[in-house]
Amino acid sequence: MNTTDTSAPLYRRVGQDLWEFILAELKPKGKLLTPFNIISAPIILLGLVLIVFRFTKGLGAATNLSQEFPWGIWIGFDVVTGVAFAAGAYIVTFMVYVLRMEKYHSIVRATVLNGFLAYVFYAGALALDLGRPWKIINPIIGNSFGVSSVLFLVAWHFLLYMMAQFIEFSPAIAEWLGLRKLRKILGTLTIGAVVFGICLSMLHQSGLGALFLLAPAKIHPLWYTEYIPVLFIVSSVFAGMSIVIIEGTISHRVFRHQISAEHHAKHMDIMVGLSRLAAAALFVYFFMKILVLTHGMHWNELLTPMGYLYLVEVLGFVVLPFIIFVKGAKNRDRKLLLSAAIITALGIIFNRLNISVIAFKWYAPVHYMPSWIEIVVTLAVVFGEIWAFRWVANRMPVFMESPQWVKHLDREVEYPVPKGAVANINSKTAALQPVKIKK
Amino acid sequence: MKTTRRKFLQFAGVTAGASLLLGPKNTFSSVPPRNTSQQYAMLNDTTRCIGCQACERACAEKNCFPIPEMKPEIDTPRNTSTEALTVVNAYSTDNKGIVFNKTQCMHCDQPACVSACLVNAMYKTKEGPVIWREDKCMGCRYCMIACPYDVPKFEYGSLNPKIKKCIMCYDRLQESKIPACAEACPQEAILFGKRGELLDIAKKRIYDHPTKYVRHIYGEQEVGGTNMLYLAGVPFEQLGFRTDLGTIPYPEYTKTFLYSVPLALLLAPAFMLGLRQATKGKNDKD
Repeated sequence: MNTTDTSAPLYRRVGQDLWEFILAELKPKGKLLTPFNIISAPIILLGLVLIVFRFTKGLGAATNLSQEFPWGIWIGFDVVTGVAFAAGAYIVTFMVYVLRMEKYHSIVRATVLNGFLAYVFYAGALALDLGRPWKIINPIIGNSFGVSSVLFLVAWHFLLYMMAQFIEFSPAIAEWLGLRKLRKILGTLTIGAVVFGICLSMLHQSGLGALFLLAPAKIHPLWYTEYIPVLFIVSSVFAGMSIVIIEGTISHRVFRHQISAEHHAKHMDIMVGLSRLAAAALFVYFFMKILVLTHGMHWNELLTPMGYLYLVEVLGFVVLPFIIFVKGAKNRDRKLLLSAAIITALGIIFNRLNISVIAFKWYAPVHYMPSWIEIVVTLAVVFGEIWAFRWVANRMPVFMESPQWVKHLDREVEYPVPKGAVANINSKTAALQPVKIKK
Repeated sequence: MKTTRRKFLQFAGVTAGASLLLGPKNTFSSVPPRNTSQQYAMLNDTTRCIGCQACERACAEKNCFPIPEMKPEIDTPRNTSTEALTVVNAYSTDNKGIVFNKTQCMHCDQPACVSACLVNAMYKTKEGPVIWREDKCMGCRYCMIACPYDVPKFEYGSLNPKIKKCIMCYDRLQESKIPACAEACPQEAILFGKRGELLDIAKKRIYDHPTKYVRHIYGEQEVGGTNMLYLAGVPFEQLGFRTDLGTIPYPEYTKTFLYSVPLALLLAPAFMLGLRQATKGKNDKD
């Protein structure tokens, strides 16, 4: 990734023309020829070409989907896995805004931004997979609500949650653009959006699993269980945490110059805390997997090829990262935590693909394999998300401190001066005194 | 901790908003138990089928598909496709020799495809047939994932792809004609009629000829009952039927989850706002 020239003025200053500022910001910042760019740019370009190909030649030409396998990696990876990876946003906002764990406040914006973009890109990739995408608004305003469908619920939740996340992130945009009044209003919406967003997340994280409840005869008994929704929501916790840890570690290096010294010092604490949470979720998940296996009485299936796959998933991608997380958190070892997070993330990919693609119709003589086009487009989606993330992080206060005026504004919101009365606040500390803002 | 009006309204607003958005009425799957005996149905008697494919040809003709050239090959079942909504397959059986079996949409009473469809494109008509409505479908293919019989077929090659499946000639039914396949069958192996009457006929055939038939009507109970009924002289698994599907209607599999949705949307915001209150420190203002 590239680096930013820190001498450039941050955010829009008072009196600066808004459009002029936005036009200036559209220009790329930093070096263009970085190893990451050299790899990702051609893939994104090729991906765009292939998307055009998909829409001009049809799904049959672009994908290996068939009557037997109607869903491939565009659903199994992009949507089902991508949404699990975006779970960090609802967990971190829950910790910070509901449980008031202030320690994690500094990673909220990066996590919410990552979650929002993940939904826009990964869930947006859903439109590529739709055979009749011009009907995509039907479940929303098409006056034909399939209310007994889990997918209906998931579709609505995607839409609403994207809006909630946008509201959660929007103060950063207002700060970037120097829009004080708007920032003041948006700041008050955060808690509502957070609570609403967490409800939506819980339901559609589990809902994505519940989609597969309708295929009891097609998914291998080791993976099919009526508890799929519960397993999905529990695994979304460590899926989200692993991505927050990976993203946090990389961002910490890439956006190093943007991060304040105070946040720097706390970074390891945050990573250790998140790792502990991930480890706890992994343990709960493992326990539930054992319960489900015991109740399902599918022990005999374990010694079949699919059984080996199941064992690899549970032992290699649940138990192993659990142990590494615990060890890494104990020793405060950055490398161990990162490797545990990477194994966990790979395990989530493996698990979601198992349910949606690999263990789906495991009995079919010819199984689906993604076409190269499907793979390139998927990579392009992932890289596109990273580019968008970098673009925003290089401009808006994601890792950087908010502009000075925000602090005054927040205090004004928290301690409003009642009309015609003296503010009744704990006035022992001068810092808490209401501050008037001059415009 | 004093609850101010403002706080109460905030709380009530969030809760009401959340529960209204996907209220109970919307999320409860609507599958009331109903009497299916008056619905249109078909009875396929596999002991009468001679594998002449007249039904296949009639179906192709009615739907303007190419006339089928493939003959049923023993124990290599063909699948229905976007250009063949019904096919006849041949199976070698334990003690009844070669037996032919016609496949098509089963027209379930509580179809998996209908409960999967988020836009009501898949639709169970009150007359019995399950139809697909072009103006609603967005091509997500969840119906294909859900259907236990793999019936819906998708036109992958098309830029305006449609889902193709047997609709029990719903258009012909409206013109008071019977489905093309039933009309074409020279053996009366395909009977078209009301489901209740066909069940009576099927039971009578089994009763009258206990050695000719196995005592089971496929479709009477399978996945909650289907409007396609089958009689056979050999156990159904020998004729390529899935006999592991159980009798639970497919919408039941997601019902529990859907029931929990309004509950979660109602209780979770209250719980979280409560938690936020409980974790409030001395210096926190709201």
